[in-house]
Amino acid sequence: MKNLEDLEKKINSELTTKINKTEIKHNHIYLETDKDDLIDICLFLKTNNDTKFRQLIDITVVDYPERSQRFEIVYLFLSHEFNQRIVIKYSISENEVIPSLTSIFPSANWMEREVFDMYGVSFKDHPDLRRILTDYGFEGHPLRKDFPLTGHTEVRYSEDEKKVISEPVKLEQNFRNFDYESPWEGTKYIKDKIESNDKKN
Amino acid sequence: MTKKIKNLNLNFGPQHPAAHGVLRLILELDGEVVEKADPHIGLLHRGTEKLIENKTYMQAVPYFDRLDYVAPMNQEHAFALAVEKILKIDVPIRAQFIRVIFCEIGRILSHILNVTTQAMDVGALTPTLWGFEEREKLMGFYERVSGSRLHANYFRAGGVHQDLPQGLEEDIDEFCESFPKIINDLESLLTDNRIFKQRNVDIGVVTKQDALDYSFSGVMIRGSGVPWDLRKSQPYDCYENLDFKVPVGKNGDCYDRYLCRIEEMKESVSIIKQCLLKMEKGPIKSLDGKISPPSKKDIKQSMEALIHHFKLFTEGYRVPKDEIYTAVEAPKGEFGVYLISDGSSKPYKCKIRAPGFSHLQSMDYLIKGHMLADVPAVLGSLDIVFGEVDR
Repeated sequence: MKNLEDLEKKINSELTTKINKTEIKHNHIYLETDKDDLIDICLFLKTNNDTKFRQLIDITVVDYPERSQRFEIVYLFLSHEFNQRIVIKYSISENEVIPSLTSIFPSANWMEREVFDMYGVSFKDHPDLRRILTDYGFEGHPLRKDFPLTGHTEVRYSEDEKKVISEPVKLEQNFRNFDYESPWEGTKYIKDKIESNDKKN
Repeated sequence: MTKKIKNLNLNFGPQHPAAHGVLRLILELDGEVVEKADPHIGLLHRGTEKLIENKTYMQAVPYFDRLDYVAPMNQEHAFALAVEKILKIDVPIRAQFIRVIFCEIGRILSHILNVTTQAMDVGALTPTLWGFEEREKLMGFYERVSGSRLHANYFRAGGVHQDLPQGLEEDIDEFCESFPKIINDLESLLTDNRIFKQRNVDIGVVTKQDALDYSFSGVMIRGSGVPWDLRKSQPYDCYENLDFKVPVGKNGDCYDRYLCRIEEMKESVSIIKQCLLKMEKGPIKSLDGKISPPSKKDIKQSMEALIHHFKLFTEGYRVPKDEIYTAVEAPKGEFGVYLISDGSSKPYKCKIRAPGFSHLQSMDYLIKGHMLADVPAVLGSLDIVFGEVDR
């Protein structure tokens, strides 16, 4: 459907129970759902003649370590016919296994491998779930918020062993992260106070 | 007597001139026919997304130059547009024209590199020499406008870093006059060249359906006959007001993709010309002092400008809590930025959608059943740059 509002209505009426929330923002539809309904929704969006979201653009994860459902999985789809984009999201907790889209969109293969590599989220029924971007034998999941920016290990050529070895990161100086937030607008605790005062007024 | 035949596993790369960077391809060969290809990527992985999460919005821009390093400014464009949309700021019209000019220069840079190196992969050396002479001129333009030939750091949220230096418009115009002749020269070497055609026609054919399934974009999808160009379908900056055609292929093979790139270069030249004609004097970045840094002159005279300068280059500007996906038509396809801001001066999450990633993924499907010698041809026509594939 050409019109974004119509499309939102259509999706809502067809998939009533499977959708938790829809929203139109920046010309895209944002759709929140649950892990178990993902496959049905994707199949519907791909095959229905009014939606035709036939291209998977990307899969990614947002890490919120403070939430109980830590990872938010994000899927981006594109419909060439109607020139629309849709974003599908759902939250899962750590160690939860999620369904793979590889049977519907072959391109999901590497995208899911990347998600697995970067965040450690596992996929059910994925044909070839290996690390993709990090080094052979790498440990940890770099894009998690609790993974340090400097990493855990560094590699160097060892003259003694005549090969490249990896050893724990040694920094001459601790990694520094300055809080530049201005005192007159408030560092974080003052900012929060101001904001809560604003709300009261 | 029976002979046991075993498939041969061949390690192609990571150091191979036709691998276009650091690609390790594990090929399973039956005689000379490729049965399976397993690309190992990530040898250039630098953790760009992680680094961006730890930098302010302004400091994040240079990382985008280092993705697809043959067309740096196109990447910056996607990030700048994303931040602008969240901040809801308008870009002055002159800045839009400057950006479009340099995006198209980036497109020509990338396509020259791709077309000529692809020719080199299949045996022709001269196009590379001729093409790189032109790239040299274009990188000269990059240098004059931003101070560096590759890592420009030029497109900022709200506009561009500085105005075009004197005389640059005339020089770009002069280039637009002379460059079509070079394209014709390149074409005279390649388009009807028997060897080039033998190596490329009907090699690496992509059907329309597969182009969709494998998330192809850019020339890869247009070569297969899908008229899809984000500059037309979801226009950004001033592309709406410009007149250009979108070349579309027919057969979806390496040769059609080559032809598309050649035609796109011609269109780019025409876009640059139109921009130069329509461009007028005016501001080149947003006038909002909370976002774009003040000029050196203002800093010396105005206290407020000095404070703004200090705040912008220490804390950076804050971006309200929001999320957005913006995509631009980079030379290689749809380059997207999925940005989540949390109200602070650093992005909470910045996922980069690189076209090359999904293109390279299809290597196994494209090369199955082809000869070993076709691997460089297919790889060349995919237009892979490892800066963006590995991120």
